[in-house]
Amino acid sequence: MAKLYLKSHEWAEIDGNIAAVGISEYAAKELGDVVYVELPELGTEVEAGDELLELESVKAASPVYSPVSGKVVEVNQALEDAPETLSSAADATFICKIELSAPPEGLMSEEEYKASLE
Amino acid sequence: MAKKTPLYSKHVEAGGVMVDFGGYELPVRYSDGILAEHAAVRERAGLFDVSHMGEILVEGHATAYLERLLTNSFSDMAPGRVRYSLMLYPEGGVVDDVLVYRRAEESYLVVVNAANREKDYEWMKAHAEGVTLKDISDETALLALQGSAAKEILSGVKLPEKYYTFIENVDIFGMNATISRTGYTGEYGVEIFLGNEDAPVLWDRLIEKGAEYGMKPAGLGARDTLRLEAAMPLYGHELRREYLASEAGLDFAIKLDKADFIGKTALESIPARYERIGAFVDGKGIAREGTPVFDEDGEAGLVTSGTMSPTLGKAVAMLRVRKERKGKLFCEVRGRKLPLTETPLPFYKRAKQ
Repeated sequence: MAKLYLKSHEWAEIDGNIAAVGISEYAAKELGDVVYVELPELGTEVEAGDELLELESVKAASPVYSPVSGKVVEVNQALEDAPETLSSAADATFICKIELSAPPEGLMSEEEYKASLE
Repeated sequence: MAKKTPLYSKHVEAGGVMVDFGGYELPVRYSDGILAEHAAVRERAGLFDVSHMGEILVEGHATAYLERLLTNSFSDMAPGRVRYSLMLYPEGGVVDDVLVYRRAEESYLVVVNAANREKDYEWMKAHAEGVTLKDISDETALLALQGSAAKEILSGVKLPEKYYTFIENVDIFGMNATISRTGYTGEYGVEIFLGNEDAPVLWDRLIEKGAEYGMKPAGLGARDTLRLEAAMPLYGHELRREYLASEAGLDFAIKLDKADFIGKTALESIPARYERIGAFVDGKGIAREGTPVFDEDGEAGLVTSGTMSPTLGKAVAMLRVRKERKGKLFCEVRGRKLPLTETPLPFYKRAKQ
């Protein structure tokens, strides 16, 4: 499944009406070592562009915005104990899954996202 | 426009992520990241560019002047020794925290924080009596080699034996340097002062030699987590103009029994209402600088420095809290209550060898 991107470096991988959400390799590299992931609570409703959760690197907390609108239906619990996975494998690591309440809008394709980083 | 140290291009070459710190462009980390740099210092060694620190030479009736200007005592300090001291406002707040190097009977080097350098120099000039002051910061580079492997990396170089002592005119790979047994990490380590022109040469030599011993270049991020674990104060965080010096837990450097110094009357007449303590953050989350701290009765102070301790693997914080407080402390991070468990400082102490 192709990833779709927000300008603020989050990705969504959409399968049916469920979007897995993560951060881009670029964002992970910019953040430095992630030492804590504040996972959202199950059932949280978000609008695309809302702050979804916070990632703590050694230096600072950084917000992660939701690329889609919907309800959090799953969180990647493994990140509680191994937040460093986000630093080492951002593309392959989802943070949470969101059940879509509306079709995704205004997201970039991987190509467009990569071009935006140039 | 931020200034560059003589090692700027070395940092960029090494993959340094550059940020503005105290008016200087310095690496917050290199490509391996803060955790790896932190671990390198704790286990082997790390090399820091601290050329942004200010250096001010004091000569003339220097001992009498520094006794009056600073909180620590220097008349009983032998040449070749270093002492930590505070410089205070008459109201008892802190101008800066400094290291004082006694070079000779009446010659001292005062090392100050980069961000405070101009303010300090003006303050020192305004209170100068019978001394000449010279700010040599712009000609002076400073490298910190910290960690137990530093000794091996510098084998063949004459090093000061005791903590907080220094040697001038040391030959280091053919260059002339002043080397002190000081640092900001809680590990064995040295700091090396030398001319700007020699700094890139020394940097390259140490990077090359250090690689055999697991040394890494380390940035400001690791410098901060290392000093926090070692509970060393940082100006602007634990120390400020608005905070009484007697509330910082640095009484070893405040000699109330000496004749007089700027701020002494204030410290003697105003009781300390706050204190600096350490705490672990229980539960999930990190308490960062500025986070309010509460006790049973309400607001009790704030977090002055906080991070995820790389060595301990848990969130730690230094707090400035009321001495009179009730019950268990907690703080609030993004609307969530995080309990704090008080713990003696420092969070980390190296094993004596």
